[in-house]
Amino acid sequence: MEEPLHRALGLTDDEADSIAEILGRDPNPLELSMYSVMWSEHCSYKSSRIHLQRLPTEAPWVLVGPGENAGVVDVGDGIAAAFRIESHNHPSAIEPYQGAATGVGGILRDIFTMGARPIAIMDPLRFGSLDDARSRWIAEGVVSGISGYGNSVGVPNVGGETVFDETYTGNPLVNVFCLGVMPTERLVLGEATGVGNVAILFGSSTGRDGIGGVSVLASAGFDEDEDDSSKRPSVQVGDPFEEKRLIEACLELLDEGLVVGIQDLGGAGLCCATSETASRGGMGMDVDVTAVHLRQADLEPFEVMTSESQERMLAIVEPANVDRVLELCAKWEVTASAIGTVVEGGQLRILDGPGGEILADIPASSLHDAAPLYDRPMAEPDRSAEIDPAGLAAPEDPWADLCDLLMDTSWVHRQYDSQLFLNTIIGPGDDAALLRLKHPTTGVDTGRGLGITTDGNHHWCIVDPHRGTAMTVAEAVLNLACVGAKPLALVNNLNFGNPEHPETMWQLSQAVDGMTEACEALTVPVVGGNVSLYNESNGHNIDPTPIVGMLGMTGSLDQPPPGMGLVDGHRLIVLGPTGSGLGGSLWARGRGAKGGALPELDYDMHLRVAEVTRALVSGGLVSAVHDVGAGGLGVAVTEMAIAGGVGVIAARVSDHDALFSEAPSRVVLGVAPDDMGTVENMAASMGVPITRLGLATGDRISFKGLVDGSLADATSRFESTIPSALGVE
Amino acid sequence: MSTVGVVRFPGTNCEFDTVEAIAGLGGSAEILWHEDTDLSGVDAVVIAGGFAHGDYLRPGAIARFSPIMTSVADAAKSGMPVVGICNGFQVLTEAGLLPGALQKNRGLTFINEFQAIRVESTNSALTGAATEGQELDIPINHFEGNYTCDDATLASLRDNDQIVLTYVDNPNGSVGDIAGVCNDARNVVGLMPHPERASHALLGSEDGNVLLRGLLEAI
Repeated sequence: MEEPLHRALGLTDDEADSIAEILGRDPNPLELSMYSVMWSEHCSYKSSRIHLQRLPTEAPWVLVGPGENAGVVDVGDGIAAAFRIESHNHPSAIEPYQGAATGVGGILRDIFTMGARPIAIMDPLRFGSLDDARSRWIAEGVVSGISGYGNSVGVPNVGGETVFDETYTGNPLVNVFCLGVMPTERLVLGEATGVGNVAILFGSSTGRDGIGGVSVLASAGFDEDEDDSSKRPSVQVGDPFEEKRLIEACLELLDEGLVVGIQDLGGAGLCCATSETASRGGMGMDVDVTAVHLRQADLEPFEVMTSESQERMLAIVEPANVDRVLELCAKWEVTASAIGTVVEGGQLRILDGPGGEILADIPASSLHDAAPLYDRPMAEPDRSAEIDPAGLAAPEDPWADLCDLLMDTSWVHRQYDSQLFLNTIIGPGDDAALLRLKHPTTGVDTGRGLGITTDGNHHWCIVDPHRGTAMTVAEAVLNLACVGAKPLALVNNLNFGNPEHPETMWQLSQAVDGMTEACEALTVPVVGGNVSLYNESNGHNIDPTPIVGMLGMTGSLDQPPPGMGLVDGHRLIVLGPTGSGLGGSLWARGRGAKGGALPELDYDMHLRVAEVTRALVSGGLVSAVHDVGAGGLGVAVTEMAIAGGVGVIAARVSDHDALFSEAPSRVVLGVAPDDMGTVENMAASMGVPITRLGLATGDRISFKGLVDGSLADATSRFESTIPSALGVE
Repeated sequence: MSTVGVVRFPGTNCEFDTVEAIAGLGGSAEILWHEDTDLSGVDAVVIAGGFAHGDYLRPGAIARFSPIMTSVADAAKSGMPVVGICNGFQVLTEAGLLPGALQKNRGLTFINEFQAIRVESTNSALTGAATEGQELDIPINHFEGNYTCDDATLASLRDNDQIVLTYVDNPNGSVGDIAGVCNDARNVVGLMPHPERASHALLGSEDGNVLLRGLLEAI
């Protein structure tokens, strides 16, 4: 017997029954295809929604929380900041350049859809091991794709992370974060209101690319016996020049107040954009499928409605403004077509020509609100066989182990324009990026800065997804503190394996709980997010990888933050508790030890450490600053020595646990001898302990009684890790 | 007050940065749209960085046909200062207003980083406020910045002191370490580094200001 159409489209039998119930009849094939994309995991969050509801989302400065195209917070002086994070993991696994490029394009549209000019991008990237040829090919393609699209479209890429680990072999993670700013009064939402208003589709023509991207690609894993190249037609192809013109055209439309609502076309294409705007506005819409400008003439209506061709927007415009909208689009060489009308009631009707045959007739909101909600079974994985790093033997040569953990990512970010718009005070390669905050239309400098960081650590989260995620949030807070910024809000990208595996759902649920706990304790609301599931290849789920993108703000910037480079002759101190424990550490993972427990996280102490760090950085009292993260104190101090070009003589690090522990709430500081008294008094007044570590001097990195190595060797190891693996200059 | 016109093609992205940096020096600058045919009475022209017309076909290859380029060429011939920064340099070579061409970087990757730039000649519409031999810390940001020309052109550039800026540590394979050249009348200058990105202490360098001030003084 032939497979029923709904199954071929990725819908379950129960889901097909629900659709028939909603319509009171059987859906036709076009309607079925519209439900199949909108009810896909990628669009509907059907496996994760039940958990995401637990996240804290509110604060007085939050203007728009989750559920819109981007989260928006008030940053003062009449400016609002919009930010979001997305993933393009599966397209990038198949077609690295285009997958990553269109990821950049998609996130930009989410930002300027809100009325904001995108001012910064960050890419948290995860690839398979550098030893694996396909992973190297993916990494090179992804970085070129981000570079090729992002530089051309004209939005600076100011940071992110690059991690190579075998858990991502076959399923890389390509997440992308974007920040935009707008005059607060320009904030627009993707709503279709006003009967008789016109829906204008503008941007690229619609083609056969990316059909079923959300259902075929994003909502299933990869298998060895399946030829991944067969999925290649589901990957879209990007055109950064089209997007650049689209950005400028959209911002001019918004400046002139010509649109009632606006929505980008992303996953599920026109089907999503028309139904989402109509359903948000509590209206219906008649869409003339023949009015859509096409790349090839013979597209079927279901292809037009579900195509994921890139660089397209839908604006809802009052009839009197249609001519001016078309004129502005023409100025920017952007093709525009009036394709629909806002109508009473809540039906989305697809018509074959004006007044023509009704090809589909469905309640717009049912594509969203009636999407299935699953409470999938959960089970804690049995990890009793995992090795506890506490039982590992001390290293014979801790210096060699330390050098193995060094990796400079500048091969990645020197390929990105990180300076456009003259905002970048601290760019890629530091704890967080820091941007000047200028008014987006007047250009007036507020004198304050926006800090942004992305963080994720799968080594922590495989050991304990609850605390690992909490530590991730905590690390982002401390990264922002290192540039003097106080957190305002975060967005998250939850990258997990197959939700049909109970272990994956348990990890996801634990991660959400950990994030909830940390966000409440550290006062960081969640204003948006994305969930990427089915990150698996050949039946192997990736380690849980929740990634956060956090936005913070500084006070008046009298001087740039010092960065991490040590200054010759300055003292080196650690701010924060001593901390110990090797659970979840990079060093332990290198020895296959994925068991044990993560170090303790004390939120109250963490808040005080962050506050002292911000005060010291903004007061100009420290000459170098770097938080302790992956690789522990040993790696943090060595990175600071490399950045400053000066060695270190350190004491009070007695064993490999102290050297490699990733216990949270610690910041390494370089301090001029004359400032030591002030710094110690400030820490003491806040009840934050300090450890005097040593002195920046000479050309060796020495932890007394444990490690003594040459700075030049460490620098060379640091700089060559990626280039030598890739065989490039 | 004299005014600098900054040309905006579709795909240009450094136009407002250039205006901001010039304004930061007390100068006045305004945007010129690529479809305009007159220069609105400006006293100098900057063709800003970016990806004019998407850099499709070849950087600058389409931009040189934009209507405004006829007026820019006329102004250049009349002696008005015309500066092309990065993509603007590529446009000026494609338009035949400067010798040579910019090809893909040696190493075949995009490069964004600060570079030490040496001032080789102070006799141009851009370098008049600098001192010969001065080293400036200014970022580059390009894929196609590898300057090339035939041997005869290189010899003539050298003989006529038309190489105005060079890289101290050549990042992209440019012949003769060339970072910037001028025409033989010295009023048209092209350079790959972005002086506007080194225009504020918070950006890590203010060395670009000496070049932009030179442009304002050349008007």
